[in-house]
Amino acid sequence: MSGRNIGEPILVVEDISLSFGGVRALQNVSFDVREHEIRAIIGPNGAGKSSMLNVVNGVYHPQVGTVTFKGETRHHVDPHHAASQGVARTFQNIALFRGMTVLDNIMTGRNLKMRTNFLQQALWVGAAKREEMAHRRKVEEVIDFLEIQHIRKTPVGRLPYGLQKRVELGRALAAEPELFLLDEPMAGMNTEEKQDMCRFILDVNDQFGTTIVLIEHDMGVVMDLSDRVVVLDYGRKIADGKPDEVRSDQAVIDAYLGVAH
Amino acid sequence: MVDHALDTFPRLLLHHAKVRGDKPAIREKDLGIWQTWSWSQVADEVRAFACGLAELGFKRGDNLAIIGDNRPRLYWAMTAAQCLGGVPVPLYQDAVAQEMAFVLENAEIRFAIVEDQEQVDKLLEIKGRCPQLQHILYDDPRGLRHYIQTEIQSLDEVMEMGRIHDRNHPDFLDGEIAEGRPEDVSVMLYTSGTTGQPKGVCQTHGAFITAAKTGCEFDRLGPDDEILSYLPMAWVGDHLFSYAQAIYAGFTINCPESGDTVMTDLREIGPTYYFAPPRVFENLLTQVMIRMEDAGAIKRWMFRYFTDVAKRCGAEILDRSPGVTAADRLLYALGNLFVYGPLRNVLGMSRIRVAYTAGAAIGPDLFRFYRSIAVNLKQLYGSTETCAAVCLQPDGQIKFDTVGPPAPGVEVRIADNGEVLVRGQVMLKEYYKRPDATAESIDDQGYFHTGDAGFFDPEGHLKIIDRAKDVGKLANGAMFAPNYIENKLKFFSYIREAVAFGHARDTVCAFVNIDMGAVGDWAERRNIAYSGYTDLAQKTEVYNLVLECVERCNAELALDPVLSHSQVRRFLILHKELDPDDDELTRTRKVRRGFIAQKYGVLIEALYSSKPSQFIETQVKFEDGRTGMISADLRIMDVKVFDAAAGKRAA
Repeated sequence: MSGRNIGEPILVVEDISLSFGGVRALQNVSFDVREHEIRAIIGPNGAGKSSMLNVVNGVYHPQVGTVTFKGETRHHVDPHHAASQGVARTFQNIALFRGMTVLDNIMTGRNLKMRTNFLQQALWVGAAKREEMAHRRKVEEVIDFLEIQHIRKTPVGRLPYGLQKRVELGRALAAEPELFLLDEPMAGMNTEEKQDMCRFILDVNDQFGTTIVLIEHDMGVVMDLSDRVVVLDYGRKIADGKPDEVRSDQAVIDAYLGVAH
Repeated sequence: MVDHALDTFPRLLLHHAKVRGDKPAIREKDLGIWQTWSWSQVADEVRAFACGLAELGFKRGDNLAIIGDNRPRLYWAMTAAQCLGGVPVPLYQDAVAQEMAFVLENAEIRFAIVEDQEQVDKLLEIKGRCPQLQHILYDDPRGLRHYIQTEIQSLDEVMEMGRIHDRNHPDFLDGEIAEGRPEDVSVMLYTSGTTGQPKGVCQTHGAFITAAKTGCEFDRLGPDDEILSYLPMAWVGDHLFSYAQAIYAGFTINCPESGDTVMTDLREIGPTYYFAPPRVFENLLTQVMIRMEDAGAIKRWMFRYFTDVAKRCGAEILDRSPGVTAADRLLYALGNLFVYGPLRNVLGMSRIRVAYTAGAAIGPDLFRFYRSIAVNLKQLYGSTETCAAVCLQPDGQIKFDTVGPPAPGVEVRIADNGEVLVRGQVMLKEYYKRPDATAESIDDQGYFHTGDAGFFDPEGHLKIIDRAKDVGKLANGAMFAPNYIENKLKFFSYIREAVAFGHARDTVCAFVNIDMGAVGDWAERRNIAYSGYTDLAQKTEVYNLVLECVERCNAELALDPVLSHSQVRRFLILHKELDPDDDELTRTRKVRRGFIAQKYGVLIEALYSSKPSQFIETQVKFEDGRTGMISADLRIMDVKVFDAAAGKRAA
């Protein structure tokens, strides 16, 4: 881990408040994510973790607060704009095209980078063909990286859960993101699958320098992987700091052990 | 006689670079595309590699550890070491670090070439025990960027150093190659060690070139043949087929993309020459059968009808033996068009001229099946100590229960105690640093004692029954050949492993491991829910399924006058799969009988009592080296035995 140069903040969320009707999902949450770091968001169920990610990539629009990504401050982020700026994410519930092969699914991650138009692609001439070959090469690199060569041509719906998660990671990786949002990448995995996933996350961060924000429940994983941790509880930030500091924080312990509020 | 100029592997490589420089020597699938290196490119790479090693201080007589999957550069590492008069020592890549430590220490390894981060980590872990290890060179840089240990270096760097070295000293390497002699040790392969510590088997260039030449001439292998190299490089079979024979005959070897893609790669390459242990052939057939059950009614009918035709006359047609009726020939031709051809294509066996299996006994039905669909599957016999080239089955003289007559130039004799003795050029030079073991296994007349028990049948074909030391006696004096019984059990697709006990006992009892794939599928079709191996293994239905298999095995044993006393009286299904990581199997998946008997002593006692079940708790090791516990209450089942006379009548 020593070789990474953690840089200046690449993402700053300031004073975010988000409510759905009377439910206040997030209240005045602020934190930053530095370039090349692995930042974890933890907290009990319903603490607002996924909502936070949704705010960052523009799926939810907060009533108050701003999101600054790569120096560009926005009150309303729109998902398409976020993606084109280099934000990619995976979902808590797998969101892949189940009937398509692994290769095709990962290829969809290149969608925003395709420049040829529908007609060129349909006719499969000159530029479209060259472009597809270039994209295919990139996708093959991702497949190699994630060690899923053996399922390249398998429809995703036939794969076990752990592998589907890996394919989803692959699709996000194919977009060559600068900021990678992972929503519970290890949920429902067995020990071995978790270890593999941890290794892939570290390798992505190390090899491509991708900044990673991840939500995770497995405290062991969080402590091992992340550089800094944000802790949310009932929509509020209750702690922020290095894993060791956060672990010994009284408010965090209370939140996890369920002290009466 | 071996041509004098071509009596070492580096010289053979240079020869091919000269006479067929632009023909493919090796392929590897990378990023989804097959990359090819020609013989002259390989010669260049090996040259750079060898010079780089020399620059780092690798000297004549040094041993070079090679650890990883089948990768072009790891094969080149072998030739590179041989160019410099060094000895490549391939290790099993899936061994845990502690197992590697012994070999590294024993072979005084200073240089190791490894595939990737995983192997680098293992070597660093045991660096403390092996202080002489100074250079770890890796092929794949992924994940290794931030390693600061000075002994780690990338192969690219070393080869670049080699190219510079070669430019400055253009005659250096040719001088080194010229110094090589056929009686030099060309490779050291560690035996899997069913007993005690592994031993390094030293084989010379001469021995392996003789073995390669014998095999190539026997099966007329030439430069146009293709082989898929997917078996561990540390195993003698891979060294013979993918290295010695490929360099001798100049054919192309193909490295799969990863261990999991072998089936796809096989289909894409369509090799002409193929080797697999029986287990692989069995898995392939199991997969076909599972898929056939999901096929439509017409396809199922066609498959069944034509496999019956093939069973009747396929093997005979392949052997060109007379007596097949014209009607059968016509049906077989139709079957070939509709079923066998497409099936061979799906299996990647369309172009196969010669396929071999060895390493364990192959089930007669399995063996006949492949031959009946016109895959020329044959058996051979040999060991690490004999370059895997003692007996070969000639085309047209195939029997499922023998391994064929001795190969040309190899003498085979049966000792008085039934042990198979071998003499010839393919024999090992010695066990590394073990004069005691060498003296023990090679007698005054120069015969190597294989440790296998066997005999010649009337036509001069060798039949192997068991390891000589495993052959025991029941309390009543009858012969007990555990392997023979276990193999009979393993021929059932539902049984993956079996361990038979009976030496110095009144009766024979057995442990069984079910085959998770086959039994799991069987259970799913019957709507039997299970959570994992331990749960599935203890289902009553599964026990009854296995019981049926054991009874059929007993019925067959009853037919054999020598072995009818060895029928299995009681058995149990183990709660965990026997695993090399838990030291229960060797890396080549042979059961370590003594260890198992000790570890599961309670279970054996329960088998020989009248208890209906026994509780056991076992420690298991996960792939990452951590441990956990599995416990279960194992049921024990009695099996019907057949009396020998009844067996005879049935026959």
